[in-house]
Amino acid sequence: MKRMKLVMVGNGMAGVRTLEELLKIAPEMYDICVFSAEPHPNYNRILLSPVLAGEQTLDEIVLNPLAWYAEHGIKLHLGKKVVDVSRARRIVIAADGTEESYDRLLIATGSNPFIPPLPGRDLQGVIAFRDIADTNVMIETARTHKHAVVIGGGLLGLEAANGLITRGMDVTLVHIAPWLMDRQLDGVAGDLLRKSLELRGMKFRVETHTSELVGGPLGRVTAVKFKDGSEVRADLVVMAAGIRPNTELAEKIGLHCARGIVVNDTMQTVTDPRIYSVGECAAHRGIAYGLVAPLFEQGKVCATHLAEFGIGRYAGSTTSTKLKVTGIDLFSAGNFMGGPDCEEIVMSDPYGGVYKKLVIQQDKLVGACLYGDTVDGSFYFKLLRDGRKIGDMRDKLMFGESHLGDAGHQGQSKAAAMADSDEVCGCNGVTKGTICRAIKDKGLFTLEEVRKVTKASASCGSCTGLVEQLLMFTAGGDYSAAPKKKALCACTDASHQEVRDTIRETHLLTIDAVYRHLSWRTPNGCSACRPAVNYYLISTWPKEAKDDPQSHFINERSHANIQKDGTYSVVPRMWGGTTNSSELRRIADTIDKFKIPTVKVTGGQRIDLLGVKKEDLPAVWQSLGMPSGHAYGKTLRTVKTCVGSEWCRFGTQDSTKLGIDLERALWRMYAPHKVKLAVSGCPRNCAESGIKDVGIIGVDSGWEIYVAGNAGIKTEVAHFFVKLKTAAEVLEYAGAFLQLYREEGWYLERTVHYVARVGLDYCKTRVLDDAANRKALWERLQFSLDGEPDPWFEFDKAGVDARQFQPLGVI
Amino acid sequence: MSDWKTFCRVDDIPVLGSRRIARRGSTDVAIFRSGDNTIFALLDRCPHKGGPLSQGIVFGQSVACPLHNWTIGLDDGCAKAPDAGCTQRFSVKVVAGEVLLDTQELATLALGTTAVPATVARGAETAAAERPAV
Ligand code: SRM
Ligand SMILES: Cc1cc2nc3c(=O)[nH]c(=O)nc-3n(C[C@H](O)[C@H](O)[C@H](O)COP(=O)(O)OP(=O)(O)OC[C@H]3O[C@@H](n4cnc5c(N)ncnc54)[C@H](O)[C@@H]3O)c2cc1C
Ligand code: SF4
Ligand code: FES
Repeated sequence: MKRMKLVMVGNGMAGVRTLEELLKIAPEMYDICVFSAEPHPNYNRILLSPVLAGEQTLDEIVLNPLAWYAEHGIKLHLGKKVVDVSRARRIVIAADGTEESYDRLLIATGSNPFIPPLPGRDLQGVIAFRDIADTNVMIETARTHKHAVVIGGGLLGLEAANGLITRGMDVTLVHIAPWLMDRQLDGVAGDLLRKSLELRGMKFRVETHTSELVGGPLGRVTAVKFKDGSEVRADLVVMAAGIRPNTELAEKIGLHCARGIVVNDTMQTVTDPRIYSVGECAAHRGIAYGLVAPLFEQGKVCATHLAEFGIGRYAGSTTSTKLKVTGIDLFSAGNFMGGPDCEEIVMSDPYGGVYKKLVIQQDKLVGACLYGDTVDGSFYFKLLRDGRKIGDMRDKLMFGESHLGDAGHQGQSKAAAMADSDEVCGCNGVTKGTICRAIKDKGLFTLEEVRKVTKASASCGSCTGLVEQLLMFTAGGDYSAAPKKKALCACTDASHQEVRDTIRETHLLTIDAVYRHLSWRTPNGCSACRPAVNYYLISTWPKEAKDDPQSHFINERSHANIQKDGTYSVVPRMWGGTTNSSELRRIADTIDKFKIPTVKVTGGQRIDLLGVKKEDLPAVWQSLGMPSGHAYGKTLRTVKTCVGSEWCRFGTQDSTKLGIDLERALWRMYAPHKVKLAVSGCPRNCAESGIKDVGIIGVDSGWEIYVAGNAGIKTEVAHFFVKLKTAAEVLEYAGAFLQLYREEGWYLERTVHYVARVGLDYCKTRVLDDAANRKALWERLQFSLDGEPDPWFEFDKAGVDARQFQPLGVI
Repeated sequence: MSDWKTFCRVDDIPVLGSRRIARRGSTDVAIFRSGDNTIFALLDRCPHKGGPLSQGIVFGQSVACPLHNWTIGLDDGCAKAPDAGCTQRFSVKVVAGEVLLDTQELATLALGTTAVPATVARGAETAAAERPAV
């Protein structure tokens, strides 16, 4: 088949990103040709600020060197500006007369700086801050001249002013509004920012209108004049008064433009189906974005349509702001100014230079503005995007997401303080140096990419915050776009919630049916979606949907935990952590008979036999004669108990008995993730009920139930849920809460994450306030568990493929 | 010289699943069956840290290693980018529903490699089954 021809106008960040996405999915589809007005290959424009400040060099910020274009057979016209397109003949024409024909055209011309119509704007020494040429002019001028004026106190203006100061110039920043970054910060934070920049020697003229740029005899600017008649000296004037989508070419060739080139959700122009547009020049649902994250998201969608997959829609993004001035931490997102029917929570420590403001509307976080301490920026940003109700965490919201519970990286929370050789990711042994190098060399922008390439933060995730900080230093931020919803995996665009809803609403019963109904891109999914979809089927339609053994991870397929040498561990169930002499004797005999190398008491109050050969598993189970402990599954694991009132001199309730009853009622329960319970007999809490999915504490007058605790990767203390009188009530309430989680949780979401997503108040309304619903939930759970087989003994019923234990042959 | 021997019928291998052939003194060979009933054979040893590939989840023409979720191509035995490395592949023939392997290859290829990884994992590795879906 003859390849089609794709021509791209504009060789910037959004456009080239689109090509990269396209090459990933359809490398053979197009002959690609790129026109670049700038004489450079694609570079990281964001990092012009650190280059200006002398923290990075121009060489370091190149994203796609010329070799990249060559390697992908991309014809690159450097330094050639496109001046016309004949849509009838499908030909692109550059200023020097170069012509290229196209089947598809991608316009990614970015923005133009807005230069206010002031007298003197054409003088020498008056520039914008947009590209390498501008940056070089600033660096050169700083060598030979002293006085600079920056017009505009937004992100760009401040970064320009900061860079010029570091290069030794005397800088005055002129701003029309009463405070700096008025589009991103409120007055208080804006003033804090001004103060710390004043300490660096920056001078400010706020609420000041410029009237004229004054020129000298040689045509070079010499001063800036203001409306009030005053003036300041200037050898260099940087205009940073905003940007406008660059639609010059698009308008000329008759594409519909309205504050940008108007595109639909597939990034196709509404005027000409052969022409697409992405980046700052494109107007999507009335918005032209000026930050990279949403543009990358656009690029991804555009690429799938260029590849004619016909999938993916861009639905708009929420953006957040960070300033790249070393030593100044600020973050803002959403409606940080507040307004009628908004409430604000404010924490202000002007002396310590810390200010935080959260804006809440109808019980949801709608805006955040942080200055001085921005560690929780991404936490707030996530709450804001997810639109989750925050009533139940309101009192703690200001303190952010406590990072104290994070384990695995020497307690570090500031990546800057770490040495290159320090380990950032404790799971995969990845150092700071390795991550920074990968970000630089491979041009990584998002957390997801760093995970893929380096494996850092890809396992337990506790170092995510550190990796985000490294992205900030090295690439200028984490540009993981914030799509409205996240796809379950690369096989589909559907989210976990959509898959769950579809299965329920359409009464789907098999994985194939789900894949067909939701037009999966792969014939039989992948290792991420198949286990999830299988769980959704069996939890939604118990006794109807058939469990698919090949869609379980190996542990759940062989009902034992695989070890790093390919052997397995076997953990028999010991109800509530209790055992007896005959069980112990059988365990001892089994150890001898099968020469089991390691025997260990687990953190879950039972015994683990490690190093069992796969062939021996069925015989070991038989020999033990104890129920499966499900230590391998997304299932009920253990119910830890303490000795309680039976023996303990402080015990107020029979915690051991309740623990055993709970475990007997709930064992064999599959769930979105593993589930752990504990019952303690008094508030001394020896069974550690405060960090369990459901934790119960006996008190003199009854039982307290706590939910959604977690002791693993990130320690989270459980929330108080309800106080009850009798053990029977505990079973019903705990069961109902767990069934709610089973029916609504997303796969691999533990109770702590489920409750964080839906809100504790929601769980309370469903389980506590609505007695009929609670009873129904509890009944559905019992229905699901009724007659469930023990997979160690009932292979057929449990769908255990016994063939797996024997080799096909031995040679 | 090839010496083909029947080891099982196609139906003895679960769809989207696998079986293995034990080799005395050296690593097993894993035999996979894809969704479209194609049969593949690879050394049962992940190029990463030696995980037994036969225990992974099979999808498309790949298997996800049970230890750290690398994706290995069933046709070439190679890890998909960004991971790198290949494991030995073995020739397979299917004749009238029977699965044949070349005993010459089984007796000579990738001998002596045990399933135990040479390099011991550093720190706490979380297995695919236990790691958050990212
Ligand atoms: C055996 C045991 C360690 C021990 O020797 O004591 C253990 C062993 C493993 N834990 Fe654990 N955990 C064990 C108790 C715990 C506990 C303590 C507890 O249950 O009281 C915790 C903290 C409590 C909690 O879950 O909140 C714990 C938190 C984890 C986590 C982090 C979970 C989280 O949500 O943060 C993982 C990783 C995961 O699940 O993704 C994990 C994963 C694992 C895996 C499954 C890792 C793996 O995939 O191979 C280990 C399996 C070893 C094996 O083959 O048996 N293990 N693990 C404990 C078995 C208890 C049992 O009787 O079933
Ligand atoms: C100093 C600075 C700091 C920034 N900091 C951040 C930040 O911290 N975070 C963030 O998210 N964003 C930041 N940005 C914004 C970010 O760089 C832009 O959003 C992004 O580069 C836009 O990508 P684009 O492809 O749409 O446009 P561009 O990257 O501008 O690329 C467009 C290219 O098209 C070329 N072109 C235009 N017309 C034609 C034509 N007719 N023919 C041929 N070529 C043409 C232009 O010369 C340009 O090279 C910053 C920008 C600057 C300048
Ligand atoms: S903490 Fe848990 S997951 Fe980590 S090494 Fe120990 S048993 Fe394995
Ligand atoms: S051993 Fe296979 S992925 Fe690590």
